[in-house]
Amino acid sequence: MRLEMQKRQSPSQAMSLLSPVLAIILTLLTGAIMFSLLGFNPGKALYVYFVEPLLDPWSLQELVVKASPLILIAVGLTICYRSNNWNIGAEGQFTIGAICGSVLPIMFPDFQNYAVFPIMLAMGAIGGALFAYIPALLKNRFATNEILTSLMLTYVALLLLDFIVRGPWKDPEGYNFPESRLFHSYAQAPSLFEGGRMHIGALFAVIAAIVVFVLFIRTLKGFEIKVIGETPRAGNFAGFSKERMTVFAFLVSGALTGLAGILEVSGPIGQLRPTISPGYGFTAIIVAFLGRLNPIGAIFAGLLLALSYLGGEAAQVDLGISEKTAKAFQGILLFYVLACDTLIHYRIRIVFSNKTQVKEVA
Amino acid sequence: MDFADALLVSIVTASTPLLLAAIGELVVERSGVLNLGVEGMMIMGAVCAFATSLTTGNPYLGILAGILGGAAMSLLFAFLTLGLVANQYATGLALSLLGLGFSGMIGENYVGTPGVKLPTLDIPVLSDLPVVGDALFNQDILFYIAILLVFFVSWLLFKSRWGLILRAVGENHNSAHALGYNVNRVRLYSVLFGGVCSGLSGAYLSLVYTNLWIENMTAGRGWIALALVVFASWLPWRTIAGAYLFGAVLILQFHAQGAGWEVPSQLLSALPYLATIVALVFISRNRTVARVNTPSCLGQSFVPDR
Repeated sequence: MRLEMQKRQSPSQAMSLLSPVLAIILTLLTGAIMFSLLGFNPGKALYVYFVEPLLDPWSLQELVVKASPLILIAVGLTICYRSNNWNIGAEGQFTIGAICGSVLPIMFPDFQNYAVFPIMLAMGAIGGALFAYIPALLKNRFATNEILTSLMLTYVALLLLDFIVRGPWKDPEGYNFPESRLFHSYAQAPSLFEGGRMHIGALFAVIAAIVVFVLFIRTLKGFEIKVIGETPRAGNFAGFSKERMTVFAFLVSGALTGLAGILEVSGPIGQLRPTISPGYGFTAIIVAFLGRLNPIGAIFAGLLLALSYLGGEAAQVDLGISEKTAKAFQGILLFYVLACDTLIHYRIRIVFSNKTQVKEVA
Repeated sequence: MDFADALLVSIVTASTPLLLAAIGELVVERSGVLNLGVEGMMIMGAVCAFATSLTTGNPYLGILAGILGGAAMSLLFAFLTLGLVANQYATGLALSLLGLGFSGMIGENYVGTPGVKLPTLDIPVLSDLPVVGDALFNQDILFYIAILLVFFVSWLLFKSRWGLILRAVGENHNSAHALGYNVNRVRLYSVLFGGVCSGLSGAYLSLVYTNLWIENMTAGRGWIALALVVFASWLPWRTIAGAYLFGAVLILQFHAQGAGWEVPSQLLSALPYLATIVALVFISRNRTVARVNTPSCLGQSFVPDR
């Protein structure tokens, strides 16, 4: 028995919509098997994981709070991945964005007025963009592999944050805890509802997704991204510069990621800590692919992966299932997404021994 | 044991996991496949080895479990990239994320439990040599395996018929296919070999290096191993030099702290990652060298026409 791939004449429209759904269903099935192996009732576990968080208004807000950074980062990554720039250092750009954006409220806590928050956002975005510029520059100048450099820089960024909150930026009145001082009220992300957890980051995420979506379908830049990503040779003949595209993709994605970083610390966290992200930068990679590298798709995918974070917490509290299952789920999901994407471009046949007995699968 | 002795032993210990993973990935890349999932295979190897050796009390069964863990992950990668022609970059990333998530789940009950230590095998006479004796001839079996693997891979790639086919597949899969070689089968075996090596590397980490299970304990070593393959220009012997260089950088942080340098510990911890970037720049800068050695079909999927 073996698999036989048959290229479709044109990519299947139906499959490109169906493949993420199929991937989600397969993930849930795998999850059910996993939970029963761990000795839990799979129906109950999946209910607590993926349904219960949607029933209560507090956790719905929390869902949006967790989805916003994922969407912001993933939207930037769609530009990178579509143009064949493999930025996997979003976690680092997120961290640097958070650090740069925090300069004002931590170093100049007495500077308090309405200008503070916009300046913080700008500094966060610039910080993230400049940090993302490093792998782009190294790729263009020295042909270094951007995957490795962007990832190595992530470790450096995380260590830098650790150093800063334990050293120079440690709160002098913080009883020696490794935390910065709390942000004053002008430096906090405004809530969307009075007293709610949902903050302005959700708006940024949606706006970013729409802007990048329009960029893709309506502008020359969007066309350039597509051409360079799919047929670099044609892009070359058209006079599109691969080098400039690399810089563009990394700068935009770094800026959006940096913005997500400063929004996270000025919103839900309210100060700098040694750990400010439960792996958003890496999970956003899954979001980008689950959304089929489409910014609007990233919104839905971001919400789903945010749900997996919430469900992980709920399952830990309610059922005693390890929170770590959430990360496993996310990894499994990406696998199924990639596997199911094959169906868009290929028909798959399972061939039994001889060509006489062919069974059509999809 | 005097200072030079101890230093050398610690460098060798830090380098061995890098060497194991890099030599495996080198074979994978020579066949034209870029498996970015080394980190994921490694950590699965680490957790499987640790859990098994703890349950059975036998570190050698642990090594076997590490191999199986890494191999299973690599088969998953092979199924997607070779069977379903999924994008190799994305699938490799997925493998890393999956491995980190899955290992965290498996290993949760083992956090903080001391493991079973892999015994060292003393080679008589040679291990009494000054300075290098302990570092090279009084090591555990995985160290000897790592060195033998370098010999083996070097022979396999450049002296055997197998290696010729493997390199042909990596350089030009269309020609290799036209000559009648089964491209994806050669790649499957290579990927599997890479998985076994990464599993061994993970087993080394949890059985020898720390002798503990810590979540995310690979700490980017899988990625450093990937960088090492580039650094070695896809030549087996150079991975040894690269691995020991990086091992020395990894060890520097402990000794610098011991020597009382007034440097933030985080800066020292960041050194291996910064060194990786510098090494990559240094080696990639010369584009002709890079072009000559890089397998031409690296990262490209192959679908036979019919």
